[in-house]
Amino acid sequence: MKTIKLPRALFPALMLAAGMVAGAAQAAKMDVTIGMQLEPPNLDPTGGAAAAIDEVVYANIFEGLTRFGSDGAVLPALAESWEISDDGMTYTFSLREGVKFHDGSEFSADDVKFSIERAMAEDSTNAQKQLFANIDSVENVDGAAVVTLKAADGNLLFNLAWGDAVIVDEKTAETLATAPVGTGPFKFKNWVQGDQIVIEKNPDYWGEPVKLDTATFKFISEPTAAFAAMMAGDVDAFPVFPAPENLAQFEADPRFTVVLGSTEGETILSTNNQLPPLDNVKVRQAIAHAIDRTAIIDGAMYGYGTPIGTHFAPHNPAYVDLTAKSEYDPEKSKALLKEAGLEDGFSTTLKLPPPAYARRGGEIIAAQLRAVGIEVEISNLEWAQWLEQVFKGKDFGLTIVSHTEPMDIGIYAKPDYYFQYDNADLQALMASFAEETDSEQRTSMLQQAQNIISDDYVNGYLFQLAKTGVASAKLKGLWENSPTQANDLTGVFWED
Amino acid sequence: MLHYIFKRTLILLATLIVASLVVFVSLEVVPGDPASYMLGLNAQEDTIAALRAELGLDKSKVARYFSWVGGLFTGDFGTSYTYRTPVADMVRDRMWVSLPLAIYALALSTLIAFPAGVYAASRRGGAGDTTVMGLTQLGVAVPNFWFAMLLVLLFAIKLRWFSAGGFPGWDAGFFQAMKSLTLPAVALALPQASILTRVMRSSLLDVLNEDFMRTARAKGLSRRQALWKHALRNAMIPVLTIMGLQFSFLLAGAIIIENVFYLPGLGRLIFQSIASRDLIVVESVVMLLVLAVVLVTFVVDLAYAWVDPRLRGTR
Amino acid sequence: MKLRSLVPGAVLVLLFFSAALISYVWTPFDVTLIDIKSRFQSPDTMHWLGTDHFGRDLLSMLMVGARTSIFVAIVAVGIGMLVGVPLGLAAAANSGNLLDEAIMRTNDMVFAFPALLIAILITASYGPGAVNAIIAIGIFNIPVFARLSRAAALSIWKRDFVLAARAAGKNAVRISFEHILPNITNLLIVQGTIQFSLGILAEAGLSFVGLGAQPPIPSWGRMLADSQTLIMLEPQLALIPGLAIVLTVLGLNLLGDGLRDWLDPRLRRER
Repeated sequence: MKTIKLPRALFPALMLAAGMVAGAAQAAKMDVTIGMQLEPPNLDPTGGAAAAIDEVVYANIFEGLTRFGSDGAVLPALAESWEISDDGMTYTFSLREGVKFHDGSEFSADDVKFSIERAMAEDSTNAQKQLFANIDSVENVDGAAVVTLKAADGNLLFNLAWGDAVIVDEKTAETLATAPVGTGPFKFKNWVQGDQIVIEKNPDYWGEPVKLDTATFKFISEPTAAFAAMMAGDVDAFPVFPAPENLAQFEADPRFTVVLGSTEGETILSTNNQLPPLDNVKVRQAIAHAIDRTAIIDGAMYGYGTPIGTHFAPHNPAYVDLTAKSEYDPEKSKALLKEAGLEDGFSTTLKLPPPAYARRGGEIIAAQLRAVGIEVEISNLEWAQWLEQVFKGKDFGLTIVSHTEPMDIGIYAKPDYYFQYDNADLQALMASFAEETDSEQRTSMLQQAQNIISDDYVNGYLFQLAKTGVASAKLKGLWENSPTQANDLTGVFWED
Repeated sequence: MLHYIFKRTLILLATLIVASLVVFVSLEVVPGDPASYMLGLNAQEDTIAALRAELGLDKSKVARYFSWVGGLFTGDFGTSYTYRTPVADMVRDRMWVSLPLAIYALALSTLIAFPAGVYAASRRGGAGDTTVMGLTQLGVAVPNFWFAMLLVLLFAIKLRWFSAGGFPGWDAGFFQAMKSLTLPAVALALPQASILTRVMRSSLLDVLNEDFMRTARAKGLSRRQALWKHALRNAMIPVLTIMGLQFSFLLAGAIIIENVFYLPGLGRLIFQSIASRDLIVVESVVMLLVLAVVLVTFVVDLAYAWVDPRLRGTR
Repeated sequence: MKLRSLVPGAVLVLLFFSAALISYVWTPFDVTLIDIKSRFQSPDTMHWLGTDHFGRDLLSMLMVGARTSIFVAIVAVGIGMLVGVPLGLAAAANSGNLLDEAIMRTNDMVFAFPALLIAILITASYGPGAVNAIIAIGIFNIPVFARLSRAAALSIWKRDFVLAARAAGKNAVRISFEHILPNITNLLIVQGTIQFSLGILAEAGLSFVGLGAQPPIPSWGRMLADSQTLIMLEPQLALIPGLAIVLTVLGLNLLGDGLRDWLDPRLRRER
C-alpha cells in the first residue's frame, strides 16, 4: 500500500479547509419544528378564544403593551414604561420608538387606541371583552398612550399582557385571521391547513433579534402520532406533549430532554351546584372524600401533576394547601351520603371533553364514585358539544375540565358561570378584591376565598396540570412553565 | 344502449339530489353551534351572535340549502366556519393526499391480488390454492387500523425505515411524498388485496368452466394458453367492478387510517370538521364523496352493460 | 374445501360466543373496578392474560368486549334482515312496477353513501354509544339484505310450485312468506354470517375512534385505541384485543363459507 506524501505547503490549506467544513457543520440549526395538538382555527388572537391561536402567535407575531415572562411576571413590551396616576385611574404608557408592523407601517399610539377600541366595540368578536370592560377611553397624547379607567383597577397591566390585547394595525385588522400582521420578531409565512404553519424571522424587528430563521408549527392531534413524530425527529419539540405515559422513554433517551413545568391549569371535577342532589353540600363533600387524587394523577397523568385542595395554583405564593379537607376516605363518604338521606346512592351524568386528563381521569373517578354508591353515566364529548351542553346549556351533573386562565378564582363569584355557585359572601369578597391595591391585603383576600370555596366543596379539586414538554436535547430557551398558553420562541436557539 | 345511458344518467342526478337533501337535513338537526366553539369559554352572548351573523348562520334553513346547492354547481363549496377559507380550496389541497393514497393502495392491492388470484385458480384444490385462500381469509379478518398500528411499531418506531406518519407535501419531492404514503397504503391494501384475490380467483374459475373455454381447449390450446388468452380477459369484468367499488371505498374509507398516520387528507378533514361543528365542510365533502362513488358506479355500470348486452335490460 | 372451513369456523365462533354469554353471569374480575396499583401486570395465575393500564383483568375485558361486539353486530344485522328482507320480497313480488323501482332506487342511494364515513358522521353528530353504532351499522345492512332477497326471490317466483300457488289464488304477501321466504333462508343465513363478521369489524372501527360503546363498557376497538401510546412498553395490550377481533371475524367467515357449502348444494360449486 503506497502512502501518499502530501507536500508540506498544502498543510495550512488543508487545515483551513478542514476548519471551514467543521465550522459549517457546527453552524447552529436555524429552523425549528414545534409540535402542537390542536390547530388554531385562525390566526387572530383578538377575534377568537382558541388557546391554539395564542400558542402560535403570542410574542412571536403579535405584541401588546405588556407581555408575560416565562415565570408569569408582567413585563414591558410595546410600552417601554408607564406611569400610574395617584388615584389609579389613569395610565400613561410611553411607547417604544421605531417599531414597525410587518407590512412596513409605523407603530404609534393611534394603533393602541384603535386596537383597544376595536376590542371593546359592540360588534367585536374578542373573546375576552371583559378585560377591557373597565376602560373608559384611550387617547394619543404626544405620542404616549393614555388609558383612563372607570374605576381603579389593579389588574390593568396584567390584562393588557393577554393575547386578546395585542396591538394591531387598522389597515390590516380585517384580514388578521388569515394574514396576521403584528409587530413581533417573527412574520407569518404560510399555512397548510390541517398540517402546519410556518413563520419566519422579521429582519426589521425593533428589539433583540431572534436566533432562528424559521419556525414551523406542526399539528398532530393523536398522542401516538406525537410520540412517533418525536422519536423520528419529525418535530424538534412538543411543548405540551399529550401522552405522559411516554415521558419516561424520552427521559431515558439522551437525544431528548423532558421539560417539566407548571401551568395555570386547575383541573377540577366541576359540579353543577344547582342540580339536586349536588346542590347539597354534604353530597359534594361525599364526592370529595370518594376521590383518590393519587390514583387519578398516577392513572391518568402517570404521576405528572400536583394535587390541589382548592381552585388555585400551588406555585403561586398566595396558595393555601387545603388538600386535607378532601382527603380520600370512602367510609366517610358513605357516612355523609347517609346523612344526606342518600344511603342507596344516586346517579348523575359525567360529561368529558377530549383531553386525556378528562377521559382517563373520568373513567377512574367513575369507578371511585361507584365504590360509594354513586353511579355516573359517562358521555365523551367533543369540545363543540361540551361548550354547547355543559358550558352554555349547564346540562350536566359532573364534568372534568382544566381552567387554564391565570388567577381565575374570580369565576366562583359569578353565579351563572356553568357550575352555578351562588355565594353572596364570596361575591362581596371578590368585589373588594378587584378594588384592592395593597398586595398584603390582596393575598389575604385570596386566601380567604380559597378557604370559602374549599369549605363549600363547590367542585372536586383534583390537581394542577403539569406542563410536560419534550424537546431535542440541543434545543434551548423554551418556556418551562405556561403562565399563559403560548409558545414564546423569542429566546429559543440551538446549542451546538 | 343510448336509452340505457340516458336512464342511468337520470338516476345519477336523482341520487345526487336526494343525497344532498339527506345530508343537509341530517346535519342541520345536529346539536352544536360553530360560533360558540370558535369563541370559546369566556365569550359573551353578543359576541357569539355577531359571529353567527357573520357566518350566515342566522338565515333560514331553506335559504341556506339552496345557496349551498347552488354553490356546489358552480364549484363554490362555501366558506369554512372555522378556517374562513373556501371549502373548495381545502378540499383541493386534501385531494392531493387522499387521491394518491387511494391510487397507491389500489395499485398495491392489484399487484398482489392479480398474480395471487391467477396462481390460486391455476392450482385449484392444491396446496398452493389452499395457502392463498388461507392467507386471504386472514387478510380479510384483520382490521386495517390494527394492522397500521403494527406496521408503525415495526417499521417506524423499531426499524426507523419510515416516519410514523405525516405528509411532507409534494414540494418535498415525489419520492419523499410517496414514502410517507407507503405504510398507510399497505395498511389499506391488505384487506382489499385479500378480497380482490378471492374475486379474481372465483371469477377466473367461473370463466374456466364456461363452455367457450372447453371449446378453446378442444381446439387444442394448452391449459396455460387457454388461461391467459381467453379466461383472463373475460374474468376481468367482475374484477374491474370490484376495483371500481374499492376505489370509492378507499377514498372515503381511509378516514381511520388517515387519523392513525396523521395525514392531511379528506378523512381527517371530515373528522376535524365534525368535531368543530364546521357543517359546511362536512356537507360539501360528504357530497363530493357521494358524487365520486356514484360516478364510479355509473361508469362501471356502463362499461359492464357495453361489454355484456344481456345486462342492459335486467337488473 | 367444503367442511374444512365449517368446523374450525364453528369452533372459533362458539369460543367467542361462549365467552360473551358467560360474561353475563361471571367474569374472573369486575371490569368496572379500577386499581391503578395493579396495572401492567404480566400474565400469571391470578390474571391469565395480565392487566391493562387501569389494572383491569385483560381476560375479563376480552370477555365483556366480546359481548359488546357480538351484541352490536347481531342487532345491526337483525335490523338489516328485519327491514331489508321484507323490502326485498316486496320488490320482487311487485317486480317491474313502481314499488320495485322505488325500493331499488333507494337501495342504490344508500349504497352510494360511503358506509364507514356515514357511520362516523351519525355517531359523532348524534352522540357516540352502542345504540347509535347499532343504528349506523344497521342502516347499511338493510340494502344488502334487500338486494339479496329480491334477487333470490325473483328466481323463485318463476318456479312451478309458486306458479301453482298463484293459480290457486294466493296473494303476493302469502306467497312471499309461505313459499319464497323458506327457500331463501339458507342464503340469508350465509349472508347473515358474513354481515355479522363485517359488523364486528365496523364496531371495532367505530370504537377505535371513540364512537362505539362508551366507558365503562369494554369494547375491543377501544381497548386497541387505549393501547396505542403504550404499544412500545406493553405491546400485549395491543396484540391481544387485535387477535380477538381477527379470530372472531375469521371464525365467522369460515363458518359462513362452510355453511354455504353445506346448506345449499346448488350453491356448492367446484371451488
